[in-house]
Amino acid sequence: MSDDEVLLRVRGLTHRYGARTACAQVDFDLHPGEVLGIVGESGAGKSTLLHCLATRLQPSAGTVEYRCADGRLREVFALSEAERRLLLRTEWGLVHQNPRDGLRMEVSAGGNVGERLMAVGERHYGRIRTQAAHWLAQVEIGAERLDHLPATFSGGMQQRVQIARNLVSRPRLLFMDEPTGGLDVSVQARLLDLLRGLVAQLGLSAIVVTHDLGVVRLLAQRLLVMRGGRVVEQGLTDQVLDDPQHPYTQLLVSSILRV
Amino acid sequence: MYVSVKGGERAIDNAHRWLAEARRGDPAVAELSLEQIAGQLAGSVDRVMAEGSLYDPELAALAIKQARGDLIEAVFLLRAYRSTLPRFGAAEPLDTAQMAIRRRVSATFKDLPGGQILGPTFDYTHRLLDFQLAAGGAVPPPAERAAEPVAPAMPRVADLLGADGLIEPEAADDGRPVGDLTREPFRFPVDRDVRLQALARGDEGFLLALGYSSQRGYGRNHPFVGELRIGEVAVEFVPEELGFAVEIGTLTVTECQMVNQFKGSAERPAQFTRGYGLVFGHGERKAMSMALVDRALRAGELDEAVQAPAQDEEFVLYHCDNVQATGFVEHLKLPHYVDFQSELEMVRALRAAAGRPAEEPEDA
Amino acid sequence: MHEAGYNFAYLDEQTKRAIRRGLLKAVAIPGHQVPFASREMPLPYGWGTGGIQLTAALLGREDVLKVIDQGADDTTNAVSIRRFFARTAGVATTTRVVEATLIQTRHRIPEAPLAEGQIVVFQVPIPEPLRWMEASERETRRMHALKEYGLMHVSLYEDVARHGRIAKTYDYPVMVAGRYLMSPSPIPKFDNPKLDRSPALQLFGAGRERRLYAVPPYTEVNSLDFDDHPFTVERWSQPCALCGATDSYLDEIITDDAGTRMLVCSDTDHCGARRAERPAEECTP
Repeated sequence: MSDDEVLLRVRGLTHRYGARTACAQVDFDLHPGEVLGIVGESGAGKSTLLHCLATRLQPSAGTVEYRCADGRLREVFALSEAERRLLLRTEWGLVHQNPRDGLRMEVSAGGNVGERLMAVGERHYGRIRTQAAHWLAQVEIGAERLDHLPATFSGGMQQRVQIARNLVSRPRLLFMDEPTGGLDVSVQARLLDLLRGLVAQLGLSAIVVTHDLGVVRLLAQRLLVMRGGRVVEQGLTDQVLDDPQHPYTQLLVSSILRV
Repeated sequence: MYVSVKGGERAIDNAHRWLAEARRGDPAVAELSLEQIAGQLAGSVDRVMAEGSLYDPELAALAIKQARGDLIEAVFLLRAYRSTLPRFGAAEPLDTAQMAIRRRVSATFKDLPGGQILGPTFDYTHRLLDFQLAAGGAVPPPAERAAEPVAPAMPRVADLLGADGLIEPEAADDGRPVGDLTREPFRFPVDRDVRLQALARGDEGFLLALGYSSQRGYGRNHPFVGELRIGEVAVEFVPEELGFAVEIGTLTVTECQMVNQFKGSAERPAQFTRGYGLVFGHGERKAMSMALVDRALRAGELDEAVQAPAQDEEFVLYHCDNVQATGFVEHLKLPHYVDFQSELEMVRALRAAAGRPAEEPEDA
Repeated sequence: MHEAGYNFAYLDEQTKRAIRRGLLKAVAIPGHQVPFASREMPLPYGWGTGGIQLTAALLGREDVLKVIDQGADDTTNAVSIRRFFARTAGVATTTRVVEATLIQTRHRIPEAPLAEGQIVVFQVPIPEPLRWMEASERETRRMHALKEYGLMHVSLYEDVARHGRIAKTYDYPVMVAGRYLMSPSPIPKFDNPKLDRSPALQLFGAGRERRLYAVPPYTEVNSLDFDDHPFTVERWSQPCALCGATDSYLDEIITDDAGTRMLVCSDTDHCGARRAERPAEECTP
């Protein structure tokens, strides 16, 4: 793909907690419509990397450039706080592993989904409600649950409300942190299927952090394998999983196959 | 008939006269003097001075008398008076290492330079009601005291640990003026100086409960009483026209240095951390609670997870002041009938909309 | 003459100046909460200390003060505050809106129109309208700074979803000059329209929370709502039982054990003035 089509360009991204380096010298490009998986064991630095990309953590070094809707590639940490926060609730979405971190538990499902609309100035209750119902339907939640509190939902449903809450602003880039973590296997499968459908249907770009190779095989076209804060291998998902080059990737793949 | 629910000036006057009568109690019983309160209810006087943040035993005694022994009311009286006082400047920092010690204990060392001094304490008394006190009249024989200071110097335990680098150093004086929350409102995050001021003025019961909660697992920080010392310290002030410090009086204070959970990292070898408490008068419970909460509030600074109420700066600082708390709780007694009327109209409208007549009882 | 031993209007001049500086800033940034170093007053927090400090900082010897609580001049707290200033400042007091240069109020705006040159001081318990949705002060300050107020509409959305209408009845949030979200203090929403483009200077003081803010004269003040659920105010089906007013805020008085009620103006000055203007026989008992 040509250079001017890059959606997100990451160069030399490094984050240190005191003396400990959580992730170091990460480089990659993400193109529109592409889903990138980041895999590795706990403590490999995946979540730190994701939080740096989503500007929730300030990196110690490196750059993250994002092509805004106006076509300009901009360094996200050079944006003003107002611009960054606007980006986070319009063009970007962030799906947390724990839905409690991404939802307002004391606000109805409809209110949760409608929040981004109200944040950008929608002032028509009927339209907000119609949109909320539409996006809840997209994640297979019926209109009869519109006014229910997330606390009355199962874990899988809460996760779907969180996804709908992000999708309502028609984001161009979605960050997902272990989106299927903590869910039963059957629930995971359904959620993955749903996510795959939505990503394809909406032409979303996404970065998914997970320790589950099954998740990336289903969702991601490309893969970064991280270990000890560094990217040890990257490439097309099938290629990396079927023919791993780095000894650590080989170990990771074989340990899954053995299970 | 229109029945007025509004109170007039006369009602207020009468209520206050009744209060004055109730305060005095049975006129056949001798009236309390301020000397009696200051001398024999010193625990109350100290608490009122500490939370009133004004060191004046006589005024505190007056406040207690006027408040009929209601200590939060007395703190309020003292604070309101404090507002009217002009400010001449800030004293030099108290040097508690130079304290004329009355009591000094350490739970971390069996013996230490200067020794352990029990002093006047409820510790180890058996809490049996003493009916001889009820009869009154007896003057207790004086306790034996050392004629001279027990030791020429009483180094602070934290300083002893600090000499070996075993405890984090005290933050060096950066020369900035010390904050004063009575002159500048909080701006979160607040610095430790203002936090300590808020805690020193804070309600003893609230801080006790929070300190206790940290011991029970809501923000644990493994405290040891490094040292608790009580005694008199000199207050020094530098008048502008003189340019050097002069002693303007002495205060009785209680200081608690907690030695807490150690921290270490790749660059820094393990060290104990500190929690600090200092209150006017003899207030061990308050000084210790303050030190526990001070340490809990340092969680963020020390890279610990901030999860418990005692670690939440906004929660602690906004709720520790009993004059604010009592005012807002008690303001619920004020008329709210305009707001209530709005709510009443809304509930009726909602019930009417739900198809049920608002006027009728449930079972009609 | 004011009571000896205390400064005019209780507070020392330095403190008054600090409060007036805060007020100037508040006027310059309408609706923005300005922190100020609230002093302990001889009246309790929650009983109007914010308003009292503002009034103390503003009073001059020529001022004529009116104090109301729940719209009435003779409620206990209004009496107490009026006396406090009569005692510490010795200023003239009145119950008539037209005579007053400064009106301190809790929970109401007078029914009679205000004029240029008048100042209304509101007593505020919780100045932060976002407090119930976001507990952290650091976060709410950021939301104000960046004008991120979607959350307030989420709370209105929840009302409509649950009750079919916006259910806030008092302390109804407003936008000031299109920029800052503001708590109008716990006035009934009936009074919100009076805030808009008022010729008077409207000042708000929260003593316990140490904040003050302002709506300068002729400033636009809009009550939050949805296009399809517009802001409305309370209306009563009956007029005031005493003066017959049909356009004032009415309080409900229970007159006997059987729960018989009558509705009368909450603004006692307004009600009294109307009755005085009318021949006695026309008045309803």
